[in-house]
Amino acid sequence: MSTTTPTPQKLRTRRPLRPAAVAKNLTALVVAAIFVFPVYWMFSSSLKPQSEILTKDPVFFFKPTFENYSTATGVDLFWSYVTNSLIVTLGAVLLALLVALAASFAIARMKFKGRKGIVLIVMMAQMAPWEVMVIAMYMIARDNDMLNSIPLLTAIYFVMVLPFTIWTLRGFIAAVPVELEEAAQIDGCTRGQAFRKVIFPLLAPGLMSTSLFGFITAWNEFAMVLVLNKDKTNQTLTFWLTQFQTAFGNDWAATMAASTLFALPVLVVFIFLQRKAVGGMTAGAVKG
Amino acid sequence: MTVDSQGTASAAPQDAPGRAAGKSQTPPPPSGAKESLRPPRGRRSLPSGLLPYLLVTPALLSMAVLLLYPLIRNVILSFQGVNKREMIRRETPWVGFENYTKLLGDPDFWSVVVRSLVVTAVNVALVMLIGTLVGMLLNRLGKKMRLVLSLALMFAWAMPIVASVTVFRWLFDEQFGVANWVMRSIGFSGYEQHNWFETGFSTLVIVTILLVWGSIPFVALNMYAALTTVGTELYEAAKMDGASGWRTFWSVVFPNLKPFFMITTFLEIIWIFKAFTQVYAMNQGGPDRSSETLPVFAYIEGMGQQHYGLAAAISILTIVMLLVAMSFYFRLILKQEDEQ
Repeated sequence: MSTTTPTPQKLRTRRPLRPAAVAKNLTALVVAAIFVFPVYWMFSSSLKPQSEILTKDPVFFFKPTFENYSTATGVDLFWSYVTNSLIVTLGAVLLALLVALAASFAIARMKFKGRKGIVLIVMMAQMAPWEVMVIAMYMIARDNDMLNSIPLLTAIYFVMVLPFTIWTLRGFIAAVPVELEEAAQIDGCTRGQAFRKVIFPLLAPGLMSTSLFGFITAWNEFAMVLVLNKDKTNQTLTFWLTQFQTAFGNDWAATMAASTLFALPVLVVFIFLQRKAVGGMTAGAVKG
Repeated sequence: MTVDSQGTASAAPQDAPGRAAGKSQTPPPPSGAKESLRPPRGRRSLPSGLLPYLLVTPALLSMAVLLLYPLIRNVILSFQGVNKREMIRRETPWVGFENYTKLLGDPDFWSVVVRSLVVTAVNVALVMLIGTLVGMLLNRLGKKMRLVLSLALMFAWAMPIVASVTVFRWLFDEQFGVANWVMRSIGFSGYEQHNWFETGFSTLVIVTILLVWGSIPFVALNMYAALTTVGTELYEAAKMDGASGWRTFWSVVFPNLKPFFMITTFLEIIWIFKAFTQVYAMNQGGPDRSSETLPVFAYIEGMGQQHYGLAAAISILTIVMLLVAMSFYFRLILKQEDEQ
């Protein structure tokens, strides 16, 4: 290396660390630590044995145990909460994808009267203050004898994630060049085939990231289920988690195990798909 | 359609191999030369008729039933005197503006309004300030540190709200919380068994920490993404002209990112103003209803006190306030849409 004449860039990388760079990296580390800490603390507390969790001074090194997880999952009706959450979330996301795909295709690719109006409606619906509408929703559900109904909850979550799904899919469809579709049609594809064989595969990353955000919204929802589904057998995991600490008093280790169980799918999906979605978007997108 | 096929036909002779390849030319990357040859066209539309309306109908219908109708019902309910007794008897007597006049003359309502506005202002200011700083930090980091920091931000961002509220309750636990230990370690006295949820104010401080912690990743990561769109030439030019870092930010970076700043700020205003789970799950609006913000106030009045009509009026007033922020937001978005 020393025999070659160092280019300016090489010089820069080999230069000893300047104090400014050290400060920059240190700040970044501290900021990263602050943001990760609550997540880390949840995880580490969930693995602590009972004797090491309720201590005045926190214990940082301990022998991990999984007993808290069995306490958390051993709660009455745990599996019915899991099932309910899964039904509600997956149902809402799949319905939204289906309905949004149709709507966003029309908005992105077709010219028709009222298109702009529909875009505006979707935008406004995206900002709908659901948390503030719970009382009216309660009255409607009660009048129609639909309190404690999983289908109603699924339907509400579906409409909750729908506008966002339309909005993002519209962008993804618009990013697929019309030329591709035309080429397929010239090659003898029908319009439906062109959509299925050309646009749809290109949309996969878009569908993935869109459903990811829909999944997170529905999985996390709390206000509606709190108001509408008071009956325990029709509750979702969000309720289970908020009730946990009350029910178990000071069993923080088990409460943290419950939080971890609740958060883990979202964290995994988010971290995994985020990179994939972003990569897909940049790799597959066509500029202009 | 004819225009389209003409367009492709006229472009084809340009590249002989493309023509030779003929039908196998499935995904033609739109090259610059080809693009410029074409007569300028707007959005090319496929033959339309009933089809677009058919495609849009399911979406519109479901939003009408489960969003528009509840909103209308909310308005109607706010003019009705539905309390516990009427609820059981399934009566809905009209009371005109009584719910509204009652609310507007109630000092408790006004203190909740002020509290909500202050919480929103403080939170949005903190989120935008720290979020921007972290975003700029991301932009100046090396590859590895940037990955570390964005991964950390991602964790905070992805954390489900209900789970993070639970964790924060544990962090600020009276007896065994880390927060008390940290305060003791730094050297403060009186943190042996400090109750962080003792007053409405202290509860809202914890809520603020939670909201800021949870909202910054969105702003910071988007800020970083936006910053990468500002060309490095601009920075270099500013540096050559002898501009300081501060000056560079205000005269080069900020004007370029102004739309981004504005949109994000209004988004945060809307999100934080209507935040329900963070406030409610933290302490149920307590102690003694002193940490209630407007959405929680509406919920407690309705479901807790069983004043359904009054609660509906509160939510309508909250929505009206939200609409003010939203109208700014929509104007910004529409402006951006037009520019694109």
